[in-house]
Amino acid sequence: MATPLTLRQRFSLARFLRGLGTETGPVTLDRRRIYILPTRQGLLLGAVLLAILLGAINYDNGLAFALVFLLTGLGVVSILHTWRNLLGLRLEAGRCPAVFAGETARFPVGVHNDGGEVRPAVILQAAHGSEATADMGPGTQWVELARPAPRRGRLPLGRFTVATRFPLGLFRAWSPLELAMDCLVYPAPAPQRGLPRGQPGIAGSGGQHGQGHDDFAALRPYHAGDSLRHVHWKAVAREQGMHTKQFAGEAAQELWLAWELLPRVAPEARLSRLCRWVLEADAAGLAYGLRLPDRTIAPDFGPAQRRRCLEALALYGERP
Amino acid sequence: MIPLHGRLWLLGALAAVLLPQLLRLPPWLAACCMGLLGWRLVIDLRNRALPGRWSRLLLTLLGIGAVLLGYRTLFGPDAGLALLSVMLCLKLLELRTLRDAMLVIFLGWFLVAGGFLVDQSIFVGAYLLLTVWLLTAALIALNHPGGPAHRYYLRRAGLLLAQSLPIMVLLFVLFPRLPGPLWGVPKDSLVARTGISDHMTLGTISELAESEAVAFRVQFDGPVPPADQLYWRGPVLWATDGRRWDPIPREFPPAWFRDAPSYEALGEPVRYALTLEPHDEHWLFALELPAALPPGLNVSADFQLLLPRKATTRQRYELAAHTRYRTGALPDEQRRLGLQLPAGRNPRSLALGREWADRAPADIVRTALELFRAQPYWYTRRPPLLGEHAIDDFLFETQRGFCEHYAAAFVTLMRAAGVPARVVTGYQGGESNPLADYLIVRQSRAHAWAEVWLDGQGWTRIDPTAVIPPQRVEAETDLQRFRSTDTPLLNADLGWITRNLSRLRYGWDALNNAWNQWVLGYNHQRQKELLQRLGLLHFGWQGVVAALFGAMGLVLAAVAVFLLRQGRPRTDAVVRLYERYCRKLARIGLRRLPHEGPADFADRVAAARPDLAEASNEVSALYVALRYGAARTETLSRLRDAVARFQPRRRRGSAATAA
Repeated sequence: MATPLTLRQRFSLARFLRGLGTETGPVTLDRRRIYILPTRQGLLLGAVLLAILLGAINYDNGLAFALVFLLTGLGVVSILHTWRNLLGLRLEAGRCPAVFAGETARFPVGVHNDGGEVRPAVILQAAHGSEATADMGPGTQWVELARPAPRRGRLPLGRFTVATRFPLGLFRAWSPLELAMDCLVYPAPAPQRGLPRGQPGIAGSGGQHGQGHDDFAALRPYHAGDSLRHVHWKAVAREQGMHTKQFAGEAAQELWLAWELLPRVAPEARLSRLCRWVLEADAAGLAYGLRLPDRTIAPDFGPAQRRRCLEALALYGERP
Repeated sequence: MIPLHGRLWLLGALAAVLLPQLLRLPPWLAACCMGLLGWRLVIDLRNRALPGRWSRLLLTLLGIGAVLLGYRTLFGPDAGLALLSVMLCLKLLELRTLRDAMLVIFLGWFLVAGGFLVDQSIFVGAYLLLTVWLLTAALIALNHPGGPAHRYYLRRAGLLLAQSLPIMVLLFVLFPRLPGPLWGVPKDSLVARTGISDHMTLGTISELAESEAVAFRVQFDGPVPPADQLYWRGPVLWATDGRRWDPIPREFPPAWFRDAPSYEALGEPVRYALTLEPHDEHWLFALELPAALPPGLNVSADFQLLLPRKATTRQRYELAAHTRYRTGALPDEQRRLGLQLPAGRNPRSLALGREWADRAPADIVRTALELFRAQPYWYTRRPPLLGEHAIDDFLFETQRGFCEHYAAAFVTLMRAAGVPARVVTGYQGGESNPLADYLIVRQSRAHAWAEVWLDGQGWTRIDPTAVIPPQRVEAETDLQRFRSTDTPLLNADLGWITRNLSRLRYGWDALNNAWNQWVLGYNHQRQKELLQRLGLLHFGWQGVVAALFGAMGLVLAAVAVFLLRQGRPRTDAVVRLYERYCRKLARIGLRRLPHEGPADFADRVAAARPDLAEASNEVSALYVALRYGAARTETLSRLRDAVARFQPRRRRGSAATAA
């Protein structure tokens, strides 16, 4: 899994500060990955111990010597305890639910503790975001790291550290990590303005769209992706199975949400408007298509269509 | 910022640290500290606001003022400890961050160390461990925001401390100790003065007769000399005004006083180690007469052992003595001093002495001792008060006295008769601890005797008290002191309780002695001796430091192994057992292929070696159940048994079929 490091890699400062670069798959914190240094409190205790030691030497005080040496031992042993608190933890990237720009992306990180002992007070700290502290019992625990998502596109969690100061807070053990995990950020939806109507030259965008809801036409068996608004709930209540109501206008109307509908609008603002339309059309249960300069999505409806469209908007301009 | 349970732990541990300090503080100052602790407790439990900056400043000034009021100073151990205690409590009122809290814990440790300046008894040592344990648990609680797990903190702190104990012992023994202080030890030494003083008036030693406090302890290299040779020499008194006896003034000694005296030893020296309880004086008590001296000590012309500094700490000295000796010639100054008598005091005694003046000195001594033996002189701890001519009153009126009366009267008579004489104070005898190999010399053993200078023998010890016949000795223990060092209580046919109480008392003294010798008295000198005996000093101090680091490395490696074992996954045991089973099969040529599942492998084993099929299938089934099914602990032990029982043997010719 982890390839052996060359001597140069092993002692490189960059590795010390930034970790090994982006990695996929679960990462086990082994000996090579965990660094440890005294905290400011640890150094302070060192100074206090030195002061007691000087006093002990001066007054030739046997018990003061014993105390200094006991606390020295405590400090040294706590290095091992702190280091061991991270050793062997396995970290795994989780799936991050998509958010709209301006919201906060939440990256779930799975921490597997294969040992039988609890690892208390393990801190996950994202370089550009939040910090979470948790006791890692045996088994797996999911910890969420938040990072603000100001722009659409793919947002990586970036570098984060797994750290701990447990048990005594005198030393901090840490391991810098970069797991391959992104959050898809949709464009921020523009303020509500209503759907586009009657665009000439755009096929199938008739004038009566939206009214189609009222003209009930037929029932067809429900399939995944159908809007729940159109489920024939009375039939469900009669235990006749799930059916979707079809409306007269629906088949005929095809709403196209197209890039060209918004001339003279800056590209990012266009994407925001399109995003809002997608949301409105979806809320209205309409079938809609999306046309972007680099991509066209055929009309359809339901959550899958919504996700497809929003994803296209989020990644517009980026070649996957 | 800090979890509540962490703050409460901090308060609890701090209260434990402060407790011994509070007992020493003036009561109102202790009450202030408790009040501050209580205030912080209310703040934490009721979620109250911390006091503002100005009220904190005011409280700090008040605290400093209170310490000044109580001690008249802010410096020195007592006032310093009081100030630190008060400031530590005040710090609680501005405790917000984890950093503050940890600082309080560190200062708590500092306070524990400060307390050792005042008291280093075994109890304090045990209490030290308790407070360090509590403070460590508090530190863990502070660093555990995940919520209270009180027992876990105590357990974890105990584990940490148990693992650091070997390091403590290593450092304690091997960390190079420096001789002498780095800077001055403060003047106000904390030693309470008990023991023999530098002068003697009739009645001062009998004050000590009731004291069971220990003056010093002695460990002999060989057998203990007989009790009548155990005279522990202290100040030697020359000058007298008839009531009071004084030594040669230490501040302005005459030139001859500094000269090292010489004597002719008769017989082999007795070697012993003497551990002196601090008595805040310049002299050391030593067996007569001192032989080879440890460095730093001086011997005066009258055979007193003098310390370079006042004895303010318990100290161990390696000494040697010749109990049989002959001193050299008598210088004129010493003869003059040894015959000095105040004019106009004790006329009757002087007259008696002069009557003997024409006899031989040895005869004079015999006559005086015969006087004490034949006349009705009593040995008592409560001598009657004496008038202006104290020696006269004692010799001719009351005839009841303690050792100093006899010594003073004897020396007065000798001087009047023209025999140079002086009074020697110190201790006599000692009780051997039946449970350990050393002698305890208590204050009640304080004694005064006389020395006379005789031609051909030099200074000769005469103990006039010893000639008083037993029936005229009031106290049983006084009678015992010259006879033997055996402890009377254990030999006597006493009740069970008395015997065991006494045994307990000696056991406790033995424990204290070991504590004093090895924990408190382990200094540069003793470290050197020990390391020499261990052979570590063979390579110099670098060798010691190397040994220290090497041993610490070993301890840490052991701790690391322990920690890694503890954290090993639970399934590991199952895998290890299965791997052992596979190794056993590999030895007879049946190797599990990397892609082969346990069931397939078991099938192949059964096909190759039908005789092993049953045992092999059992292991395999148990392994599969443990690894992939619902694991239970009893299955693990069954797997362990099954693997242990599984002993495949190579069958003739089977290797070929298996491969």
